[in-house]
Amino acid sequence: MATYSTNEFRSGLKIMQDGDPCTILENEFVKPGKGQAFNRTKFRNLKTGRVLERTFKSGDTVEAADVMDVEMQYLYHDGEHWHFMDPQSYEQHEINALVVSDAAKWLKEQDVCIVTLWNGAPLGVAPPNFVILKITETDPGLRGDTSGGGGKAATLETGAVVRVPLFLQIGESIKVDTRTGQYVSRAKE
Amino acid sequence: MERVLWQPTAELETLKARAQFLQAIRDFFHQRNVFEVDTPLLCHGVATDPFLHAFSVHCAQLEHPRYLQTSPEYAMKRLVAAGSGPIYYLGKAFRKGEVGTLHNPEFTMLEWYRPHWDHLQLIKEVETLMQIMIGCPAAEIKTYHDIFAENYGINPHLATIAELQSIAIKEAWINSDDFSDLDRDGWLDLILTHGIEPTLGQNHPTVITDYPASQASLAKVRTINGPQPYQVAERFEFYLNGIELANGYHELACAIEQRQRFEQDLIKRKALGLSDLPIDHYLLSALSAGFPACAGVALGVDRLFMLKRQERNIAKVLPFAWKIA
Repeated sequence: MATYSTNEFRSGLKIMQDGDPCTILENEFVKPGKGQAFNRTKFRNLKTGRVLERTFKSGDTVEAADVMDVEMQYLYHDGEHWHFMDPQSYEQHEINALVVSDAAKWLKEQDVCIVTLWNGAPLGVAPPNFVILKITETDPGLRGDTSGGGGKAATLETGAVVRVPLFLQIGESIKVDTRTGQYVSRAKE
Repeated sequence: MERVLWQPTAELETLKARAQFLQAIRDFFHQRNVFEVDTPLLCHGVATDPFLHAFSVHCAQLEHPRYLQTSPEYAMKRLVAAGSGPIYYLGKAFRKGEVGTLHNPEFTMLEWYRPHWDHLQLIKEVETLMQIMIGCPAAEIKTYHDIFAENYGINPHLATIAELQSIAIKEAWINSDDFSDLDRDGWLDLILTHGIEPTLGQNHPTVITDYPASQASLAKVRTINGPQPYQVAERFEFYLNGIELANGYHELACAIEQRQRFEQDLIKRKALGLSDLPIDHYLLSALSAGFPACAGVALGVDRLFMLKRQERNIAKVLPFAWKIA
């Protein structure tokens, strides 16, 4: 069993807590000059997304979590599962809705995503930071308006809804920042 | 071509201000006829406190390692025993494993000794120094008992481990089955660092006095009478903005008691699985030869300067912090 000492704690380190894999968000070393040293840590449970705090005695060890981020290509959705492929090994993973979570609305076939694996099993999916998607539904809007002010709702081919400038029409492709869910620019395909 | 981040962790302007800061400390002591001593850093012995970890240095010609000093205390006390009168040290001290926003394993310490003073007189002088160096208001003095009683309604000198543990669990710092091996002082340290320290010294420095006798280290101990008498150490700490700045003692002058404390420390170190350390016989001999009543204090210069510069990370006041030293 791999372990980490509190001396190795830093943000991003993956540890096991109460049976779940977690990622350390903050680690603070506290110690009275002559007294016992502690590490006050804040971490996110990677299964539930909950942020927890816990104190360790400095020098204690905790179990390491076998968590890896792997680039995988999104293949297709079969109605129940989302299918991904590791382009290195050609290994395929089918991932359920609970794990795919909010990423689902940005997933376009062939796009390369980051899949987080815990002991080889998918734990989470992060879409690319920027995706290019086609508008499938939006109000006609006003031709000639290029100011970008105001805007309107547009539904994209993956089902995501974003606000876009008035001049954009059904069938056009746009670039979206998936971290904020905001329109970035028009895209040529 | 090597390309790593080599630049200083502090701004050059900060380092210039730091030079003036160190000069102002020296001026303070010069005006008070306290003379500077640059005591050795690589010594035969070192502090035996179970929670101070010294770097040991192997020296080719010598059978035993030397230790980088965690504070200049022992050497300075030998000077006091030799009749030096008031002295100060302004230089490096080393503590292995202490890395954080307030800790750097190699740091700058100011330590001074006032023969024939007690800790209350020395508290006044620390207060004056802080007012001159960073312009803070007058300090308030509270006992270790007061801060625990005010915050948690307990007497820290008499509370049981179970009572201390229940506070930590209620505050959700730990799980109910954590730290089964922590001793009473460890539980007190947990509550102090997590629940009390952040609240100390918010508008003016707070001085904590009368520590539990079990945390006396090198301080004198006296008895507090009452229905349940207990002993306290004549030890104090200065806090400002929740940051521990200085630790002082009305110094223990008795060689026999000092030896017993060293031996207790070594027993505790062994129980914790820590390396054995030599007892500093030079210090014990100096105390036996006759040590005057004396008060001494050590102050973290980097932290005091951080407060002056309103920096939140010690790296921002050091030329090169530990990570890139």
